[in-house]
Amino acid sequence: MARIEFQGVGHAYSAHPAQPSDYALQPMNMVWEDGGAYALLGPSGCGKSTLLNIISGLLSPSHGQVLFDGKAMNHILPRDRNIAQVFQFPVLYDTMSVFDNLAFPLRNRKVGEKEVRHRVHEIAEMLGMTGQLRQRAAGMPADAKQKISLGRGLVRKDVGAILFDEPLTVIDPHLKWQLRHQLKQIHQQLRLTLIYVTHDQTEALTFADEVVVMTDGKIVQQGGPDALFARPGHTFVGYFIGSPGMNFFPITLAVDDAVEISGQRLAVGAATMAALRAANGKLCLGIRPEFVALAEPGAPGALLADITAVQYLGVCTLLTGAIAGLPVKAKVDSGIRVSAGRHWLRLVRPETIFFCNDERILL
Amino acid sequence: MNGANRLPRAMMLAAYVAFTMIPLYWMVNTSLKTNEEITSVFSLWPRALTWSNYHTIFTDPSWYSGYLNSMLYVAMNTVFSLLVALPAAYGFSRYRFLGDKHMFFWLLTNRMTPPAVFLLPFFQLYSTVGLMDTHLAVALSHMLFNVPLAVWILEGFMSGISSEIDETAYIDGFSFPHFFIRIFLPLIKAGVGVTAFFCFMFSWVELLLARTLTSVNAKPIGAIMTRTVSASGMDWGTLAAAGVLTLLPGMLVIWFVRNHVAKGFAMGRV
Amino acid sequence: MSKPYNNKAWFFILPVFACVAFSAILPLMTVVNYSVQDIISPTKSVFVGLEWFRQTMRDSELHDALLRQVIFSLCVLLLQIPLGVALALAMPSKGWKSSAALVILSMPLLIPWNVVGTIWQIFGRADIGLGGHTLSALGVAYNYTASPIDAWLTVLLMDVWHWTPLVALLGFAGLRSIPDAYYQAAQIDGAGRWAVFRYIQLPKMRGVLTIAVLLRFMDSFMIYTEPFVVTGGGPGNSTTFLSQYLTQKAVGQFDLGPAAAFSLIYFLIILLFCFVLYSWMQSAGSGSKSAVETPP
Repeated sequence: MARIEFQGVGHAYSAHPAQPSDYALQPMNMVWEDGGAYALLGPSGCGKSTLLNIISGLLSPSHGQVLFDGKAMNHILPRDRNIAQVFQFPVLYDTMSVFDNLAFPLRNRKVGEKEVRHRVHEIAEMLGMTGQLRQRAAGMPADAKQKISLGRGLVRKDVGAILFDEPLTVIDPHLKWQLRHQLKQIHQQLRLTLIYVTHDQTEALTFADEVVVMTDGKIVQQGGPDALFARPGHTFVGYFIGSPGMNFFPITLAVDDAVEISGQRLAVGAATMAALRAANGKLCLGIRPEFVALAEPGAPGALLADITAVQYLGVCTLLTGAIAGLPVKAKVDSGIRVSAGRHWLRLVRPETIFFCNDERILL
Repeated sequence: MNGANRLPRAMMLAAYVAFTMIPLYWMVNTSLKTNEEITSVFSLWPRALTWSNYHTIFTDPSWYSGYLNSMLYVAMNTVFSLLVALPAAYGFSRYRFLGDKHMFFWLLTNRMTPPAVFLLPFFQLYSTVGLMDTHLAVALSHMLFNVPLAVWILEGFMSGISSEIDETAYIDGFSFPHFFIRIFLPLIKAGVGVTAFFCFMFSWVELLLARTLTSVNAKPIGAIMTRTVSASGMDWGTLAAAGVLTLLPGMLVIWFVRNHVAKGFAMGRV
Repeated sequence: MSKPYNNKAWFFILPVFACVAFSAILPLMTVVNYSVQDIISPTKSVFVGLEWFRQTMRDSELHDALLRQVIFSLCVLLLQIPLGVALALAMPSKGWKSSAALVILSMPLLIPWNVVGTIWQIFGRADIGLGGHTLSALGVAYNYTASPIDAWLTVLLMDVWHWTPLVALLGFAGLRSIPDAYYQAAQIDGAGRWAVFRYIQLPKMRGVLTIAVLLRFMDSFMIYTEPFVVTGGGPGNSTTFLSQYLTQKAVGQFDLGPAAAFSLIYFLIILLFCFVLYSWMQSAGSGSKSAVETPP
């Protein structure tokens, strides 16, 4: 079991980093609770693989301390940490059978053959691969190979955390859900700490109890899927999560205490108005397409939009258009029949979030 | 892939580099001495440094013509081999056809022919068509082993380019020559470079066929050097100088393709 | 990528086919022709069937040359393959040191073969050579013109010097194609240096090593120029390998018939060995290529 802690951990490749952009991973404090299932979500290059490699010990961080159950780990080799890692493409020892692949980490640690056989069979059963133990690993399909990679991690009794670096990349789409399901089962059974790196939000949101969203080397928010969806703390989270992502409208405060979007007035509540006035910086209104609703002409909190495309998606209807030149998308109930043209859309709703300098304003 | 064993590896590499360089250094050393010094005194560097050996080679046409001849037929061979191998490699990489696997293997077998086997037939063949003692003859005869190698390497590179590019160009209305020259070739430029390098290499170093098919006009530098060996009184100094000069084209070529060599070996057929 | 079947592809192949046919089939036909004729004079020849083949197979000098050749080629493989692999492992993977190592190591490959012989002549002679002279100074009686053992050692050392870089370059390319993740996984699995070599590097280098063995066997079996320049085949015929023997017979003695017969047998030996190796390479290759493993 492993409780992993980051104390000011950061990584820069150059010797004297001066500004945030010099860091691949900006110094951060973070706790990964024992037995938790975490997803590291973010676009390519955001630092998630760097973070993962720091945990596994393949990379030594230039700043800060990594602690496993309170013990300092910065200079401990990967083989001596109780972690396992599954990579983007299956990493196998081609010349060996499935059995020998699974046995490899144990044999390297001089575990007795009886114990090896016992553990390998145990894990093979968990993965549903008992019948294939004698086959050559090289000839198997990609999803079986990834299971073997995973198995090599599980086979060691001392493993406390398993790290996944976008492991389903080479798996066929229809097999992905199967593997994800198996991973969840294993998590429930073994209660290991699982940290799963991905750029696919569906994967992250279905797999993890807690999603950590990263961009540009820093963590912008962590929380459960519902928290990220309904209460994004950062415009990036709003934009990245959800399909399509959040609508954003830059807002300005008019002299007479009104909120304006591209010159059009918008009514907001008094508390909101006070918070906006107190805020110092670039203001922005965010609302998810799911919460944008059709409104009566002139209704409070609504603006006139030019809808250019209407797509019936089965579960909902997607409207695409623009409000005063700014793009907008709305998802409305599929029962509602709408045609392209000018419609009023309500933007100010309970689910609306206001941002100042990309950070959420708490109301 | 780093770790504790960097030192033994570095030492091994250094030892091998020394092993490679020492005979070369000795040849350079010998080339800068007079024959008298070579045969009388044993010295690690020339006591009386002389450029006379190089001077001989640069001024005596029977010497420098050898270099010019060699470079000419090697260049011709590289160009011909590429011209002929490019379409063939394309055919092998994009299509299956009757006898394709056999054809490919047959091509490779030509790389495996001992030149000695074809010595006499080549002699007669090229005499019959009146090409004896021409650069063209040597260039053509070297195609025997260079073309299969060129096809082999180029096919490997071409297979790495998705055929969707061909299809897109076809749909876009490009004629085949336009597609091949303007679109396809730039994509495999590393492969063309590597192939040219190998054609150059194997043609430049080959002596048996080159010597057999030439007598006066197209005599390669290698033949001239062996002539020195059998002449009376070993002219070691000039021989060494000639040898040093043959290193230069090779070194230049490696320098230019150094970035592509490893990539090329890897991508072609391995 | 599945390839469409189209016999029109032959148009692409035609130039190559024409060239190689001209360079290979015509001469081959000539050789076959000679091998079954007794050429008494340029205008008179008698068909003798398989007589030359029978004679060649009985020729004891040929047997000796063949034995020498096989021993030579085996020694070459035993020396150059491990050494080349060791070099490939020792070479730095990136940076200016990598380029420098590649350039220096490639140099022997680009030297005309007769110059290779010349270099070793100049190096090995006791009177003018650094190698020869140093050995005599150390008290070793070294003379490659007089002692067959010394001649063999010299020729072998020269071949190692000349061709090991090819094995090293091929091995280096093979190593570069191994993704980092394999080494990372090995670190996590606790694999030691030898296990990494045995289970990751060597299997992944199988393709390039097969090519290296193929090329080195073929080329060493055909070797002519380098030993000829250094030892001339001597002392006696102790370093006369197959190509030289054949050339002597064909050009020196002008025994065209037997020479042609021998040529064909020579060619067939190489062909057979390479066909076996090539087929093995194909079948071994297809076993491990069943799933897409290379990262994007």
